[in-house]
Amino acid sequence: MTSPLQQKIKITGPSVVTANRTADGVVIWRTGSKGWSLDLADAAIVRTADDARALLAEAIEDDLGAIGAYIAPVEVRDGGKVLPGNLRERIRVKGLTIEMPVPA
Amino acid sequence: MYAYDELDRTLLNERVSEFRDQVKRRLSGELTEDEFKILRLQNGVYLQLHAYMFRVAIPYGTLSSKQLRQLAHVARRYDRGYGHFTTRQNIQYNWIKLSELPDALADLAEVGIHAMQTSGNNTRNVTSDQWAGVAPGEVDDPRIWSELLRQYTTLHPEFSFLPRKFKIAITASAHDRAAIKIHDIGLRLYKNDEGELGFEVLVGGGLGRTPFIAKTIKQFVHRRDILSYVEAIMRVYNQYGRRDNIYKARIKILVHELGIDKFAREVDEEWQHIRDSALAVEDAAIEEIRSRFTYPKYEKLPHMPDELKQAAHDPLFERWRRNSVFTHKAQGYSIVTISLKPIGAPPGDATAEQMDALADIADRYSFGEIRVGHEQNLALPHVAKRDLPALWKALDRIGLATPNVNLVSDIIACPGLDYCSLANARSIPIAQELTRRFANHDTANLIGRLHINISGCINACGHHHVGHIGILGVEKNGEEFYQITIGGRADEQAQMGTLIGPAVPYGEVADVVEDIVEAYLALRDSQEELFVDTVKRLGVEPFKERVYATR
Repeated sequence: MTSPLQQKIKITGPSVVTANRTADGVVIWRTGSKGWSLDLADAAIVRTADDARALLAEAIEDDLGAIGAYIAPVEVRDGGKVLPGNLRERIRVKGLTIEMPVPA
Repeated sequence: MYAYDELDRTLLNERVSEFRDQVKRRLSGELTEDEFKILRLQNGVYLQLHAYMFRVAIPYGTLSSKQLRQLAHVARRYDRGYGHFTTRQNIQYNWIKLSELPDALADLAEVGIHAMQTSGNNTRNVTSDQWAGVAPGEVDDPRIWSELLRQYTTLHPEFSFLPRKFKIAITASAHDRAAIKIHDIGLRLYKNDEGELGFEVLVGGGLGRTPFIAKTIKQFVHRRDILSYVEAIMRVYNQYGRRDNIYKARIKILVHELGIDKFAREVDEEWQHIRDSALAVEDAAIEEIRSRFTYPKYEKLPHMPDELKQAAHDPLFERWRRNSVFTHKAQGYSIVTISLKPIGAPPGDATAEQMDALADIADRYSFGEIRVGHEQNLALPHVAKRDLPALWKALDRIGLATPNVNLVSDIIACPGLDYCSLANARSIPIAQELTRRFANHDTANLIGRLHINISGCINACGHHHVGHIGILGVEKNGEEFYQITIGGRADEQAQMGTLIGPAVPYGEVADVVEDIVEAYLALRDSQEELFVDTVKRLGVEPFKERVYATR
């Protein structure tokens, strides 16, 4: 769970590229069609370091659409369901693990 | 309160216009993120896990009711209805949209609030004692000097690109509530044997990856020389501070590597060139700043009014009063600390509704003034004692009368992994669980003063090193673990806590803290001996034994 901003890129399993949308900071994932989605299920899954680097490089080129792009681990279940691969990413997908002072 | 003049207002408005243009150019693609990042950081805008985070400065922790209402308005209009008060006396919003930030800044500028230098490698918000100006025994109001430094450092061209961020804190009381020994520069305002007002100057304190307690670099700097002396320190730092390694870039590393004596000689040499320059602070300049602070016209009130005598029969009121009400310099008045640590709630958070209500309460009971303390609580600095019973009821109605100030559930915690992109582990849920464990007031009262500080990573925004009990979140093989230290403190006897043993998993932290507290209750030599003093007397071993014997 070390921040991706502080660690070197390494690929140990299925991964996606995620970022925050420039205008409002909302969490987004890079799709296979060179776009972004608000849904992790739409994310392009990469399984090799070369593919991950290529997807990241392409994502970073979209400087206007997204900021802070990085590679994040995911878990791919039988049937293809994609789940975040660590606590940090679970929090980004599901939101705070605590109740907000004012319900959303 | 400090009244801004036309120059201040013009500066803020121009700054908002400048940032509005920068945001517009970023959103149109004219500026890349690489180009824009430093600009947004200079306006307090970070990127966190879920959204942008917007940090707003509250200089020396002083707010008017009008300003607090505007903070509530920003929370409601541009965020999700709440804000988080920080250990730097600032407020953070966690869900702000970049596209709406210029409007939020413009609204804040209407009441003289801004976000300049709340991030970036410059001089950050100068902090001070939240009881400044009202604490008994204070030699002067430290906010006057904080304001002098704020004016001097704001947008200072020579110090806008320092090797790393730079934090200054000032106290003017014997008891240090501003934690000056964990700052890059700590200033203690006092009178020397000749009765002259000046500063003990400390340098090189800080927490984070490499924690240090600040060392005294000069025992007495005359008030006239304080700007030139601070500038000399910053010049030496700016010249020799490490820019090649972010982890070694703070002044504390430079002071440590050079040694305080050599560092002091370098500063002194620089100082001789500039001490008789325009930086000399004339008394007239200080009086001009002082004249722009307004102080209440206190009435002559009895020490023990009838209202207070009657309310003393109510045990719930008495419990709150003993815990939250402190001696004021003026007879018949009190300082009231408002706990932002309700049981089970995130430390330091306040909703827009609470902020609005508190602004009304401040107007009614505290001459319209509110303070923010580094412990993430608020304070009303001028409450007539006769009003205390009514104030208590008003605070209770908005959920802000938790009687736990300085007790075990008055926890400092950073936002942690729930919000922060640097965090390794969560802080808030740990704090929430601990407040539930120690929710019983009689138990908490029996334990007495005990500060728990929690950080979700080594950057130490939760000041874990100086917690009586410090909790640091780390990551081990993808799981959250927590290192526990004991015996730290942030006051005039500041020291780092000592690690008691291996990190424990998330689910065991509250049990471990309970074990430590139980060990303290069994080991203390009297009810008057505070936790931190028992640790000082016995060391960490008895606590370590208790925690790890069965683990």
